[in-house]
Amino acid sequence: MDNLKAKAYELRKHVLDIIMAGKGGHIGGDMSVMEILVTLYFDQMNISPENADDPERDLFVLSKGHSVEALYAVLAEKGFFPYEEVLEKFSRFGSPFIGHPNNKLPGIEMNSGSLGHGLPVCVGMALASRMDGKKNRVYVVMGDGELAEGSVWEGAMSGGHYKLDNLCAVVDRNRLQISGSTEDVMSQDDQVERWKSFGWHAISVPGNDIDALHAAFEEAKATKGKPTVIIANTTKGLGSPVMENKANWHHKVPTAEEYEQIMKDLDARKEALLHE
Amino acid sequence: MNKIPNRQAICEVLMEHAKEDRDIVVLCSDSRGSASLAPFASAFPEQFIEVGIAEQDLVSISAGLAKCGKKPFAASPACFLSTRSYEQAKIDVAYSNTNVKLIGISGGVSYGALGMSHHSAQDIAAMSAIPNMRVYLPSDRHQTRKLVEALLEDQKPAYIRVGRNPVEDIYEEDNTPFAMDKATVLREGSDVLIVACGEMVRPAKEAGEALAAEGISATVLDMYCVKPLDAETLLKYAESAKAVIAVEEHSPFGGLGSMVAQQVGANCPKKVVCMSLPDSPVITGNSKEVFDYYGLNAEGIAACAKAAIGK
Ligand SMILES: Cc1ncc(C[n+]2csc(CCOP(=O)(O)OP(=O)(O)O)c2C)c(N)n1
Ligand SMILES: [Mg+2]
Repeated sequence: MDNLKAKAYELRKHVLDIIMAGKGGHIGGDMSVMEILVTLYFDQMNISPENADDPERDLFVLSKGHSVEALYAVLAEKGFFPYEEVLEKFSRFGSPFIGHPNNKLPGIEMNSGSLGHGLPVCVGMALASRMDGKKNRVYVVMGDGELAEGSVWEGAMSGGHYKLDNLCAVVDRNRLQISGSTEDVMSQDDQVERWKSFGWHAISVPGNDIDALHAAFEEAKATKGKPTVIIANTTKGLGSPVMENKANWHHKVPTAEEYEQIMKDLDARKEALLHE
Repeated sequence: MNKIPNRQAICEVLMEHAKEDRDIVVLCSDSRGSASLAPFASAFPEQFIEVGIAEQDLVSISAGLAKCGKKPFAASPACFLSTRSYEQAKIDVAYSNTNVKLIGISGGVSYGALGMSHHSAQDIAAMSAIPNMRVYLPSDRHQTRKLVEALLEDQKPAYIRVGRNPVEDIYEEDNTPFAMDKATVLREGSDVLIVACGEMVRPAKEAGEALAAEGISATVLDMYCVKPLDAETLLKYAESAKAVIAVEEHSPFGGLGSMVAQQVGANCPKKVVCMSLPDSPVITGNSKEVFDYYGLNAEGIAACAKAAIGK
């Protein structure tokens, strides 16, 4: 497990370089979601470039598609495409490595970018798996600000109604969205009760803690007769005080000085985790 | 080089009037920053409503406010406002005839590198197809200002699309010709008619100048009022032209070009060429890269005009 914790920081460095190279990116949400993606791709999901066409593979949708830089870093690390290619092409004219997931790229199942689509799409995937008697699982990651979309709750309703225990939703609960605190914009601080009332098994965990995420995903797998939602309590911009918990780092390209400082902080935290 | 985007001009006008007119209400869906409406939110907290990332809610709440006498301006990225909350616009705004002004920001390919989810190349077609919905694409900040002032005077639904980046001025601060629902004539000529809206007006104007330098006289119309289209002005100049070119930052179907072709075809049949984005996901890049790639620039428009009249 320990090397995954360090890996999350190594991949944050990749995210930073991808954003610098492409001169754009949703850095805050990339940093908060990293442990969720690392746990899913390196600990939980049955998915790799080798089985990318296997109908039994696990399915993943990044519904908060703006965190695509984090997904690129993770998919590159998994071997779906070279990291250098992402650096070279991200956000460039005519490139497929655009600012949201697009399924012309290997490893990406569904296009996203407009918030509130991923969960209902995953309900469809989970229903199809059940119809076909498949044993695979379906995962979706949403933002907390995203939860204001009505379509999320339509999907929550159908997931609960159809008792889709092969479906697991994760909320990146970083408590920030573009305009500031989620509680100021549209309050939602009773997520666990909300999801439970829709028939879901709901777990609230420290969302940048890989051990806690691992345990939550295992609990989800063991939960029968209902879908599971993991409320992952994360820190937006995690990795450096320069960007942590700052609403204006939702979408930002660091200055040269900020870049140096963030890299230093990421390196230090990675080192500490390697020698923990 | 102008640094003020059209969206900021909208905020300025609304702030000027909100003090006097307490019924003006601005609504955003986690979009106040992108809409340049943060100053309004700070200055008029009692007249600002944040709905969170919920565009359907945004439009329906606006309709409810309007029904009860408020004058809501709902601002959200054009891509989401025109498609996610389309039915709310159709039923609660246009059909119920509520005085809601829908402000689609970062329209067209403003969000170039973010991909098709963030492009609004369907909004003119979608919104124009709704009875009782008007559609406006102002070309520069001065015209945007005049348009918003005019919209504050009426009680009917409207959809306004503006781009994200500042665009070069077409008009002058104290000299902006504007008549509601009337195209602005930027130059008159008899060889070819170029009709454009929104960000395409600038290159259309430049194309007109380039053509003149080559001895080809073009009329250039700023058709900011896409619906109701100013057919009278359009046909007046179409009559005398050898061909008509329509230019828009939109899909090839159902936008300005389609409407121009309909009018010209029915009333003074002649060649109409529609310059637009393609019927495929738009190549990703910044607006300029995208426009250049598809020939939606002065050179492209001039070349298209020359080809259309056989020169
Ligand atoms: C339907 C829709 N409306 C608006 C947006 C614009 N937008 C992009 S990111 C974002 C904020 C997302 O906040 P949150 O879900 O909390 O994500 P995170 O904090 O993880 O970045 C918004 C409003 C969008 N992408 N889709
Ligand atoms: Mg958030």
